[in-house]
Amino acid sequence: MSNADIALMAHLMRRAGFGATRDELEAAVAKGYEATVEELLHPGDPQDLPQDIIRRYHTEQAELRLSDGAAANWMYRMITTQNPLEEKLALFWHSLFATGYVKLNQANALLNQIQMFRTYGLGNYATLLVELSRDPAMIIWLDNNDNHKEAINENYGRELLELFSMGIGNYTEQDIKECARAFTGWTLGNAEYMSTRASRDSIWPYSRINWHFQYRDHDHDDGEKTFLGETGNFNGQDIVEIIARQEATARFVSTRLFQFFAADEVDEDGETVIEEMMKSYFDSGYEIRSVLRTLFNSDYFKSEKARWARVKGPVELVIGAVRMAGSYREPTPGIEQVARQAVYMGQGLLQPPSVEGWHEGIEWVDSGALVERINFVAHELANVQNPGVRRIIDRLAGENGGTFTPEELVDRCLDLVGPVEVSDDTKAALIEYAGLQGDVSLANSDEGDESEQRVAGLLSLAAATREYQLA
Amino acid sequence: MVSSGREKNLVIIQLTGANDALNTVVPYNNGLYYDFRPNVNMAAEDLLPLNDELGLTPHAPEVKSLWDRGKVALINGIGYANPNRSHFRSMDIWHTAEPDKIATEGWLGRAVKDMDPQGENVLTAVNFGRGLPRSLASRGVPVASVGNLETYGLFPDVDDDQQKKYTLEAFARMYGPDRSRDPVLESLGQTGRDALRGADILRTAPERYSSSIEYAQSGIAQSLKNAAQVMFADLGTRIYYTSVGSFDTHGGELPVHAKLWDDVSAAIGDFYADLEEHGYQDDTLIFVWSEFGRRIKDNGSGTDHGAGSIAMVIGGEVNGGMYGRFPSLEEAEQQEGDLRANNDFRSTYSTILERWIGLDAPSIVNGQFEQFEFISK
Repeated sequence: MSNADIALMAHLMRRAGFGATRDELEAAVAKGYEATVEELLHPGDPQDLPQDIIRRYHTEQAELRLSDGAAANWMYRMITTQNPLEEKLALFWHSLFATGYVKLNQANALLNQIQMFRTYGLGNYATLLVELSRDPAMIIWLDNNDNHKEAINENYGRELLELFSMGIGNYTEQDIKECARAFTGWTLGNAEYMSTRASRDSIWPYSRINWHFQYRDHDHDDGEKTFLGETGNFNGQDIVEIIARQEATARFVSTRLFQFFAADEVDEDGETVIEEMMKSYFDSGYEIRSVLRTLFNSDYFKSEKARWARVKGPVELVIGAVRMAGSYREPTPGIEQVARQAVYMGQGLLQPPSVEGWHEGIEWVDSGALVERINFVAHELANVQNPGVRRIIDRLAGENGGTFTPEELVDRCLDLVGPVEVSDDTKAALIEYAGLQGDVSLANSDEGDESEQRVAGLLSLAAATREYQLA
Repeated sequence: MVSSGREKNLVIIQLTGANDALNTVVPYNNGLYYDFRPNVNMAAEDLLPLNDELGLTPHAPEVKSLWDRGKVALINGIGYANPNRSHFRSMDIWHTAEPDKIATEGWLGRAVKDMDPQGENVLTAVNFGRGLPRSLASRGVPVASVGNLETYGLFPDVDDDQQKKYTLEAFARMYGPDRSRDPVLESLGQTGRDALRGADILRTAPERYSSSIEYAQSGIAQSLKNAAQVMFADLGTRIYYTSVGSFDTHGGELPVHAKLWDDVSAAIGDFYADLEEHGYQDDTLIFVWSEFGRRIKDNGSGTDHGAGSIAMVIGGEVNGGMYGRFPSLEEAEQQEGDLRANNDFRSTYSTILERWIGLDAPSIVNGQFEQFEFISK
């Protein structure tokens, strides 16, 4: 098994998931790159614990009404899932169709939306947009419950075109109005009941019931509409069908997927990949799975150019560190603290700052956030009792007679927390640090003794590099 | 205003979760108060009278003594039109000074940008707590968020001093100027150096601090002590932010609300005494606010989300007294069962920004708002 194969697989797993341990990488390389891509694209049983068990052990998740508990609930799934792409893609759709707790005060509705992303996220884009238009959290978030036959509210219609499908510059203000008209009558079936309950009752001991979608024909404007040059008595589904066949939509979705999974910045070669993704979009009848397959199997994605070309988002960083350290696998208390770590770093799940989602890329990292990022990952990897750290130390103890020079140890630590490729300056700094106490021998070490602590310290420092901030 | 030549400091205390305004400043001669609050009320004889109508909760004696000295401006009926009763949304409205649409930039972040456009001081604003409050969020504005000043910085888990020194030296080298000239790596390097520099500077603050004041042990008192340490170390910090809560007293309100105000008031008392001991009271303004008040009628053991609220501005240069009108409890005057706000919170923001810090307020709070006289022009 070559180092290059491991490095490529680690790259794929960082992007299509939340990183992987060395054991997982070796298993995937044995399976082969394209076979692994297919496995990621066809999620099987996530092997989650049943929700009732999770919620029984995590009391803050009992009613899933508040955003903290709900965010922790989702993060727990990200930590334990066997389907990393399913969760990573749900995170992508959550950043693109950014719906926030602030307007809902009902986090369970958001988790239902996330579940919808798991169900439809790899499938047909038109279907996904129809489901999005029917999603109660989205209806409230963008006021489609105030979009009436006699008085349209453009909010959802506008964002559907601008932020969710085509991007600004590809339609007119008139198209927005026509789009909004087509979505009149797409509303909630039990809004009045829910708001009466909310105003009479502040405590909901048995948790709230869910909003549900309702189509009200009598409040739907069935008149003739002209949308993107086509004329007819369009309803919402018809509008989505028209949107889905636009080249602008193919370009928009492909570009956003490229930026999330391949590189923050799109260069000329990236444009070529996006063109190929757009072709897959149309050839497959708008299947996201095909678009992603084209991306992951592209030469660009596999090349050095795409390596380390994204800044890890807070949730990615936290989940990656926890999965590597192997902590929180069981439903132990404390998972809500993990969710809060991402908030400290600037990304509260289910609480995007606005419908535009988060500003990604280098904007993730201000000085306060960097301190939080480094301290959290260092804390996870410095604990030799965490199963994942244990596994790394045991692996090292079995190599090389368990004895390493500072140079060797730095190489092995950078390799096993990534592999992470660092600059010569960074490597020199790590070697100098490792060299302060000479060679390390793990041959006869006891759990938590000085040799092991030195390895754990170096693992933490390897994960504190600026290169580790990148995916 | 007599000038000490020092820059003016602003200390924000955010009462998270919606402080019950009506049980903080109580209209004790108004029978309607006791009618609407049969269970969750404050007995008239226990209150600290502010005037013939209003009394302060007995759990704020330190605030009362500052009031008696004319150092407290009490802003009654503060809020905004079309109140939103969601904590998150209303918090955002106060943080961004934008009630009408969802905004992302904080009012204090914009203020910091105006004070230090080049971002030369990485410590112009310091938050005492974890994570960045949206008030301070603004692109390109560095903000340090300090959980505990004594342990603030990188690698707090490394206990051994020698080991810590080695680790930080390695970090400084790893985040040195990047020879690859990759803009992302260079930006990360700069951020790492800023973080290290901020932590290095902040770490000196407790060492340089000496005071006869023994702060209370509560979280808010310790946060304000940290703020005092940073202020007296003269690091160029202007904005000090901290939060305390939760004031979301839907049930079992009386003991919880009492304890919260015991803590907040004692912390303010300690902090103000410390300011006076160090001669900073005339250069410092303390602003206490909450995202909204609570329902006029109690629910048996607590109170639900409301609208109009109170805020306090405290400092040596403050013209103490009542500002805004105390909202009527008459049903016809209520706003869906809540106190109706009669002054926009951005009036208070504008007063602070222009008259205290000396910035142009309209561009920061999104508009012109009538200013109060709690600070003289």
